[in-house]
Amino acid sequence: MADPVSIQSPSQSQPLLKMTNVSKSFPGVRALADVNLDLYPGEVLALLGENGAGKSTLIKILGGVHAPDTGSIEIDGQKIQIDSPTSSQDAGVGIIFQEFNLIPALTARENIFLGQENSALSWIATSQERETARSLFERIGVQVDPSALCRDLTVAQQQVVEIAKALALKARIVVMDEPSAALTPREVEGLYGIVDELRRQGIGIIYISHRLDEIDRLADRIMVLRDGQHVGTQQADEMTRDEIIELMVGRSLANEFPDETRPVGEVRLEVKGLSRGDAVQDVSFDVRSGEILGVAGLVGAGRTETVRLLFGADRPDSGSVTLDGQELNIKSPRQAIAHGICLLTEDRKGQGLVLGQTVQENFGLPNMRDFVRAGFIRKTEETSAFGEYIHQLQIKVTGGHQVAETLSGGNQQKVVLAKWLQRNAEVIIFDEPTRGIDVGAKYEIYLLMNQLARRGKAIIMISSELPEVLGMSDRILVMHEGHVAGCLKNEGVSQEELMKLATGTREDTAV
Amino acid sequence: MMKNKYIRVLFVDYGMVFVLIGLCVLISLLTISDMHPEDPSAARKLASSLVKEAGKDINVLIVARTTAADEAFATTLKEELENGGAHVVGVELGDPSSLRKRLELLGQQDERVDFVATHDFSSKWRVLNSSSRAEMASLYPALKNLKIAKPTSYRWPTFLTANNLIGILNQNAPIAIMAIGMTLVIITAGIDLSVGSLMALAAVVAATTLQSYLGGKDASGLDVLLAFIVAMVVCALAGVFAGVIVTLFKVPPFVVTLGLMMVARGMSYILAGGADAVKIEANSIGALYSSSVLGIPSQIVMMILLFVVAHVVMNHTAFGRYVYAVGGNETAARLSGVPVVGVLIAVYAICGLAAGLAGVLDVSHFGTGRPKAGEFYELQVIAAVVVGGTSLMGGEGKIFGTFIGALILGVIQNGLNMAGVDSYRQMVIYGTLILIAVLIDQLKKKVVKPASN
Repeated sequence: MADPVSIQSPSQSQPLLKMTNVSKSFPGVRALADVNLDLYPGEVLALLGENGAGKSTLIKILGGVHAPDTGSIEIDGQKIQIDSPTSSQDAGVGIIFQEFNLIPALTARENIFLGQENSALSWIATSQERETARSLFERIGVQVDPSALCRDLTVAQQQVVEIAKALALKARIVVMDEPSAALTPREVEGLYGIVDELRRQGIGIIYISHRLDEIDRLADRIMVLRDGQHVGTQQADEMTRDEIIELMVGRSLANEFPDETRPVGEVRLEVKGLSRGDAVQDVSFDVRSGEILGVAGLVGAGRTETVRLLFGADRPDSGSVTLDGQELNIKSPRQAIAHGICLLTEDRKGQGLVLGQTVQENFGLPNMRDFVRAGFIRKTEETSAFGEYIHQLQIKVTGGHQVAETLSGGNQQKVVLAKWLQRNAEVIIFDEPTRGIDVGAKYEIYLLMNQLARRGKAIIMISSELPEVLGMSDRILVMHEGHVAGCLKNEGVSQEELMKLATGTREDTAV
Repeated sequence: MMKNKYIRVLFVDYGMVFVLIGLCVLISLLTISDMHPEDPSAARKLASSLVKEAGKDINVLIVARTTAADEAFATTLKEELENGGAHVVGVELGDPSSLRKRLELLGQQDERVDFVATHDFSSKWRVLNSSSRAEMASLYPALKNLKIAKPTSYRWPTFLTANNLIGILNQNAPIAIMAIGMTLVIITAGIDLSVGSLMALAAVVAATTLQSYLGGKDASGLDVLLAFIVAMVVCALAGVFAGVIVTLFKVPPFVVTLGLMMVARGMSYILAGGADAVKIEANSIGALYSSSVLGIPSQIVMMILLFVVAHVVMNHTAFGRYVYAVGGNETAARLSGVPVVGVLIAVYAICGLAAGLAGVLDVSHFGTGRPKAGEFYELQVIAAVVVGGTSLMGGEGKIFGTFIGALILGVIQNGLNMAGVDSYRQMVIYGTLILIAVLIDQLKKKVVKPASN
């Protein structure tokens, strides 16, 4: 909940930042058309929009990465020119990108002050810097050891270092691009505290997120972009979630999750006593035909590590995996795939796709034996097989020759799915299937998951978004610090119950 | 749109072809010079034009040097002139002083000579210049009307002759063959510094095998082949070893192959017993190098065949697809069921095998096993691959590009040699041109790429 004192009515004060009629075109794409943005001191402006709506282009213009084609930027009523990241910093803008710009081998202090040295030869007053860093952290309200190496910090702590870095540069406008994406729920709470603290200090915050929960919690005003157009800015408390979604998507989604009940069949995959180091300890569960098993837990609970064992990406220390009554001994992803176990990784760009190759080549990669005759790839057969999936999964591509990198997140996910479906996958593991995917495409992925379940596949879905887990799963496995904390049938389970299990808070010891 | 796409493909993927063509044109222009034909076909042309213009009733003295080529020229000329009905008073194969004596003799015998038929070189002898001819004409009436006839000279780039072009290909075949293997390695985001040393190892192994185990000078052609195969297998195994260390122990390829480079070079010297070259007595050792197919040296044919095979493998087989995938994103490839370890080991093995073949060609060329063969070749091979447009970051690259890259380097070197640039300056220019070539490629990508999004 926002501190009521800090909310300033737009009419009362001069805007801190005013971007007027900003337009930007890239070859073949109009990324932004006449967008207006104003930001007041001490407010959180949520910037919303689907992927490709122009949010990041707008932020990059503010950050001096892109030059706008037309439009002007004013800070404190003064028209200014932002033509480089440096001039943006000088103007008091601090941007915290999703990928942090921290150097892992340097300490928090060194990262905060990097680039602020007077000259390459200037003496660094270490102790003074350390004090300043400490006071910056105090201002943010989170303590981080200034002498700790950045690579030893958690993601949340690194984020704090980024914020401190912006503040050290006297930023009065702080932009946060999906700051919660990689944080655990508890860390997200900490982030809210930081945002509130910054707001109290009169800093203007532009907050980009896909998660509507956060918007409810933080935003004073909401600005929505769609296809490069500014579709509206409104007071947050005047909008319902459905209205926000409708504004973003341009159509109303009756429900965030498709409603469906399926008959659940025999046990297909059975996991017993799976262990690997500290990450996965004695994990047992089963998945049935036609069932979606949701796997909830905090980041670091061992969910991804568990499914990597199933998929042969890592080798377990002990435990058994049985598929359709037959015990498997999987040593590599190749063997897992041969048994029909497939994994759609959390990190599509890093692990799911070869970004530089075409979508068809990515599709063909695990399916070479289907298309190779006498040693040669029959490209026409590959094209027609992939063509069917383009149709079936409604993948938006110009054709098989499109390079995977140029696809949106949702379409990349569909390409990964297509390659496994061709492989005739029986157990399909989705690790954070909708991370970084916009609202409309999310729904399509949910529909596909249901469709697969209906066809008798066994589906495991790891998700950090509790509404997603509750909305999609037949049963929910909750993990905590490498152990199974509980396995619940998804009937009348509440987010709070899941959270308690995930955080290891027992009923009897609950505070 | 379609047209646009093809133009883009042409520039981005095959931009280096234009660089090559441009270089060829440039060097051709720079090496244009007078060509003085001295071969039998020039003799034939000379004879027919002489008979046509001066008639049949002429007495001709044929003059040339004592070389075999000149003799062939003179013989053809004599035959053709006589066939045409002219009278050949004699053939003088010798030098200016023998020619003077011959002319004086003919003058004394009062044997009329109308023409001295010769080639450009001999026509420039002082004894044939106008003042000495006038002098002779005043002494001997028979030489009063003596004129010089020689094949017409013309201007043509010395670069652009069949001999020179085949020479370029022949000289660069070993490097180009190794560049095929290197392309595969670099596409997987690796590097192989050991190829030059493996080439030497192959040469020495082939030589010692022949000398010590296959009978020395009694070795048959089959024995030579066997020795070659042994040498290539040794290099392929060295490649497998590098691949195993890279994949199973996760040592960076640069370090692994740097080590292998030194080990292989040292082993070559040890095997050679410190000698500069291991002598080979088998007489069929040079057969591979000196044989030819349809007039083209067989190592060029071999090189072209290997490029075609490599192109097909990389574009039309699962293995090729896997190589690109491993280089593009090793993790994603592994999680897609690509046998990453196997692919990487195979790629280093192929690179070693190619180096072995280059070593075998070296043995056949020089007839000895030279432990210092292929010194610094690894750098030229890598340069050829990079100039050919393969990214050192892995994931992209074309076999055809490597072929062009190897040709570009060969053409530059040849051009510099022809221009008479000394070897130190050659290095500077060579290096600079490589940088420029790669820069042009990068710029082109930058200019052309944005439109594709």
